[in-house]
Amino acid sequence: MKNVVCVCGHENPVGTKICANCGRPLTEEAKSQKVLDMKYDGSAIRSKTYNKSIIDKVWNFFSSVKVGVALIIITLVVSSIGTILKQEAFVEAGNEAGRAAFYEESYGSFGKLYYNLGFSDLYNQIWYLVLVAMLGISIIVASIDRGIPLHKSLKNQRVRRHESFMKRQRVIAEGTVTTGDSSNTIDAVEEKMKKLNYKVRREGKALLAEKGRFSRYGPYINHLGLIIFLVGVLLHKFPGIYVDESMWIREGETRAIPGMDGYFLENKEFIFETHDNDPTTAQIQQGVNAVAKNYQTDIVLYKQADDAVPGQTDQLEVVKEYSIRVNHPLEHDGYALYQMDFRLNELKEMSFQLTNKDTGVSLGEVAIDLRNPKKEYIIDENIKVELMEYYPDFSGFNNEGAPQTLSPNPNNPAFIFNMITPEHPDGEISFVAIQQTVEPTGDNTYKMAFSGIDTVNMSGLTIRMDKTIPILFVGGFIFLLGLAIGSYWNHRRIWIEQFENGRIRLAAHTNKNWFSIKKDLDAITEYAHLPQYIDQLDDEKETENDEDKKEES
Amino acid sequence: MSLIDLSGTLLEVAFIAYLVATLLIGGSIKSKKPDGAQNRANKWGRIAILVTIIGFLAHLGYFITRWIYSGHAPVSNMFEFTTAFGMFLVGAFILIYFMYRVTALGLAALPIALLIIGWAAMFPQEVTPLVPSLQSHWLTIHVITAALGQSILAISAVAGLIYLLKDVDTKKKGKQRFWLEAILYFLVLIVGNIVVSTVFNVAGYEAQYSYVDKNGIEQQIIYNVPAIFGMNESTTLTEGAMDPLIEVPAFIHGLKLTTVVWSIIAGTIIYILIRLITRRRIADMLQPLVKKVNLQLFDEIGYRSVLIGFPVFSLGALVFAMIWAQEAWGRFWGWDPKEVWALITWLFYAAFLHLRLSKGWEGNKSAWLALIGFAIIIFNLVVVNLVIAGLHSYA
Repeated sequence: MKNVVCVCGHENPVGTKICANCGRPLTEEAKSQKVLDMKYDGSAIRSKTYNKSIIDKVWNFFSSVKVGVALIIITLVVSSIGTILKQEAFVEAGNEAGRAAFYEESYGSFGKLYYNLGFSDLYNQIWYLVLVAMLGISIIVASIDRGIPLHKSLKNQRVRRHESFMKRQRVIAEGTVTTGDSSNTIDAVEEKMKKLNYKVRREGKALLAEKGRFSRYGPYINHLGLIIFLVGVLLHKFPGIYVDESMWIREGETRAIPGMDGYFLENKEFIFETHDNDPTTAQIQQGVNAVAKNYQTDIVLYKQADDAVPGQTDQLEVVKEYSIRVNHPLEHDGYALYQMDFRLNELKEMSFQLTNKDTGVSLGEVAIDLRNPKKEYIIDENIKVELMEYYPDFSGFNNEGAPQTLSPNPNNPAFIFNMITPEHPDGEISFVAIQQTVEPTGDNTYKMAFSGIDTVNMSGLTIRMDKTIPILFVGGFIFLLGLAIGSYWNHRRIWIEQFENGRIRLAAHTNKNWFSIKKDLDAITEYAHLPQYIDQLDDEKETENDEDKKEES
Repeated sequence: MSLIDLSGTLLEVAFIAYLVATLLIGGSIKSKKPDGAQNRANKWGRIAILVTIIGFLAHLGYFITRWIYSGHAPVSNMFEFTTAFGMFLVGAFILIYFMYRVTALGLAALPIALLIIGWAAMFPQEVTPLVPSLQSHWLTIHVITAALGQSILAISAVAGLIYLLKDVDTKKKGKQRFWLEAILYFLVLIVGNIVVSTVFNVAGYEAQYSYVDKNGIEQQIIYNVPAIFGMNESTTLTEGAMDPLIEVPAFIHGLKLTTVVWSIIAGTIIYILIRLITRRRIADMLQPLVKKVNLQLFDEIGYRSVLIGFPVFSLGALVFAMIWAQEAWGRFWGWDPKEVWALITWLFYAAFLHLRLSKGWEGNKSAWLALIGFAIIIFNLVVVNLVIAGLHSYA
């Protein structure tokens, strides 16, 4: 394609709207504007120039701000749908069927529909990720598409601009100096502009004063930060980068830490404290007796000796002792352990006497650890109890008469025992739950008589490791930096030219904050006795009001 | 007088000062006649700002004394947060005033702040001890920065409202006239809420009910307004109290729904009375006050406050929030409803800025967007805290 040659002789690349050299509008559209679109003056944007190949089309699609805004709005609306009902992550149900049932039971047919459409786990749906990815691509493409031409146009600015450019700026002035000699007006303007911290360039009697050009790069910097952040988020999907595990640990127990190979944790004590305040109105209204003050697990962190066999627990070295509290996780070696949950007085152990139903004589006691039950409990060589099935959270029998468990937590333990005794070497089967015994034959000699329980406090901890945190931090920082640059500074330009006859022409442009550039203009107008400027977007009536406002302040 | 009493008194002083300042601004603008009353108007305008600043200092005094008394930043429950939001809104107005010197902005900023503070006062005001998850210096840093960002963003809606009051032609029937009046009607509903709560409170209305919550556990609840909607399987415990008219399922909170409906009833009655007495729309009544407003300037103020507020909001409501979430829960983001709505707010203002910069959505369109943005902020404050239960719910 051929370059566009301006009247002044300068060759501009195809798609340029305003001549980079003199500022004359080149397209019919630009020529018809009262105030020029100054976003990329003197440069061509790729997406506005080529539209032939498939690559062009894809590029143009993603570079379009219209598409970008549409993607933002779609993401926004879709995200809000995920807050109508609880997300699955906040639903306490063991499996998929349990979750499905939860939505239908709690919210009726709407809940069922919500679950079936995938809205109950919306933010992990592939189409949601695709949406965010498209937004990311749009940010990258649009930034390159506009950033490079913008940089070129800012770098190659000429001081002297053509009349057709100057007159098509929003704020303009033309005329003679209001008082005094006009021979050194431009010098006076230069002096004043420098005092106002403008960078001033001169070409004879033409002057360009510029301030805050770096702020134009703000959006591109913040977009870069966003992309780095999104890349960090994307990395979570790769193995070895992110660990998210949880564990329940009872007081007095030492357990291997899931996800943190070679480390063990001992729970010395779990502490739960409440505030001793007088009940507040909100507490009374909601019937809450006490407000929690502290959840704390006092732990010892152990590391396996380097030469130990994996899983072996006898060669442990103390790493540190710590009190894990909410907001105060245990941090070690890039991992962190968080206080997430607890259970007070949880059933730990249940004891039974193997008792003859007729005589009441006990053959011995069996103590069952409810978190780690054994397969069989041997009393002596002829007498043992086999644990055939275990239902930690027994919830009744299903249609086929099989016992069901709600969760792996021992809230309501139930057992199927096989009792092997001298009288019955093949064993007698018995189903035992709290205050309930079912015998398949109905004529067992022996029973498992409940004899006692032992409870303990449990602490629920979450183990997390996230190698992307530094990337996210850098991304976030760059984003905020770019945002601040783009928002709190602005790019002001003032062009002034004095002609042979002493007449002065002025034009001013800023990307934002016209209020402040007008204050600067007021200052130079007064100092160098320049003709009064006008704002071409203010209609006459409003300009009067503007005068009022100035008097007021 | 104890510190907490002093704190309460200072808040009342602030409320009265904002009320007086609103009237002064209204007066200063109305008295602007071409007969040389200009200077007098300016004088009243200046006094109004002075009174606003006095109110703000009293408000700040409330904040600091309550902080000292309770030992933590007073942003930990609905009353405290909303009151602080009102304070930052007035602070943002004062900041913008000193940048642009337009008192007319206070015409919308102060009444909205008054409504916010008045609404906050309907919540229990005692100092509540902090639950473990809130015991962190990030409570102070995250909540205050987020509230500050939101209040600066809210100023754009304030400027937008004034812009539209002048710009929208209320003589002609149309969508814009309808929605503008709808916004003003919504503000009247908040008045309705305050009136209803206060009236039943003064009358000492109290009725206790027992109900079954969504986990199937029996609970008790006290209604301070006559129960239109009863909780799930509710039984009246207080003798002589009225039985709820309609019972709602467990996932709807009967008391909250009742309060909303009472507010709508009272607000609508007030609105109808206003219409009957003045025989005009509220927008028509307010229009003379904004006749002299410079639209270009208000458009710029609206845009500028988004520019100032957006980075502060990003820092407080997203970045600081993520840092705290990482420290408290081990994940910087968990798709909690409040987090999602902070993201939605952020996306919305990002769209606002892109539309303005690239599509030239200025003036009227920009003003409407600013009002939608404020609606999202209020939704995040009210609905997400009170209706959608999550990690952030205050009540």
